[in-house]
Amino acid sequence: MTAASEAPAVGLTHQGSEDTGLGQRGPASKSIVVPYGFWLFVLSDMVLFSALFATYASLVHATDGGPTTNELFHRNLVAIETVALLVSSFVCGLAMITAKRANMLWTQIWLVVTALLGLVFLSIEIYEFASMVAEGAPPQRSAFLSAFFTLVGCHGAHVTCGLLWIGTMMAQIWAKGFQPHIMRRLLCLSVFWHALDIIWVAIFTIVYLIGTLP
Amino acid sequence: MTEPDPERLNVAPGAPHDSMLSETISYVVGLGLALLLTGISFWVASTSVLWGPGVATGLVVLAIAQMGVHLVFFLHITSGPDNTNNVLALAFGVLIVFLVMIGTIWIMAHMNANMAAPSDLMNLQMQR
Repeated sequence: MTAASEAPAVGLTHQGSEDTGLGQRGPASKSIVVPYGFWLFVLSDMVLFSALFATYASLVHATDGGPTTNELFHRNLVAIETVALLVSSFVCGLAMITAKRANMLWTQIWLVVTALLGLVFLSIEIYEFASMVAEGAPPQRSAFLSAFFTLVGCHGAHVTCGLLWIGTMMAQIWAKGFQPHIMRRLLCLSVFWHALDIIWVAIFTIVYLIGTLP
Repeated sequence: MTEPDPERLNVAPGAPHDSMLSETISYVVGLGLALLLTGISFWVASTSVLWGPGVATGLVVLAIAQMGVHLVFFLHITSGPDNTNNVLALAFGVLIVFLVMIGTIWIMAHMNANMAAPSDLMNLQMQR
């Protein structure tokens, strides 16, 4: 084993055939490893949300004589929230397309639109929470309301973090340009933003639509 | 034999591909399908045409379908050989999510039903 070109003694070596993960090329490049690691984080975040969903589903009828789902939730507001977050996710994809072509103007425009739609979503959610507290349905009223505010509030906290992240990325693209490490961060941001929309699909279905069935 | 390009053997989740047109079409199709499924969900929940007890199940199925649309068209998770790592991680995540949710709902519903208690104790109403 003197020359680096020789095959290693251990491990499967299918030279030139399919990648077995044990080849001679060494570890994958950073542009693969970093988003893959972030993908694992996003999936573990979904596992966290699954625990909150399970808690909510177990406690949804534990209203302690207080307001129920049918009395509290308004479908029209939820529909606006849903469309805002969905279009925001779509525009985030457009920002990724223009960022790949290093188009500064349109990347910044699409990121602003993404953030504004996220802000619309967050404003409606805060309005909803405030009016629920004003109607006598704060988190401490019943086990159902504790579970509701934990689940939906956790999603709202994620959206807030995402908005701060979008602002940070806009500043970094502006200051440093489309360098490889900036592009990696931008890709992670888009994965995060799309994942938030996936979690919202579960929330609007399980919490709001099923909660307001007659 | 020629060594394949390392960058083509794996792709990162969410990474755009190919030409600008095909990327844009992917997002537009995804948006259209997601809006359609969302619209059907809200319609199904509002109408009384459908069999009442089945509506909740139908809504869950629609939600899972929409999550699939998001994964394919927005996160570009495909069945291609360059996506194996992403799909395997996703499969493990989905397994844990279903174990946690179905397991919890199943066990807690049975405990609630089998707990011999006065009716005012049911559904945790005594807990404040």
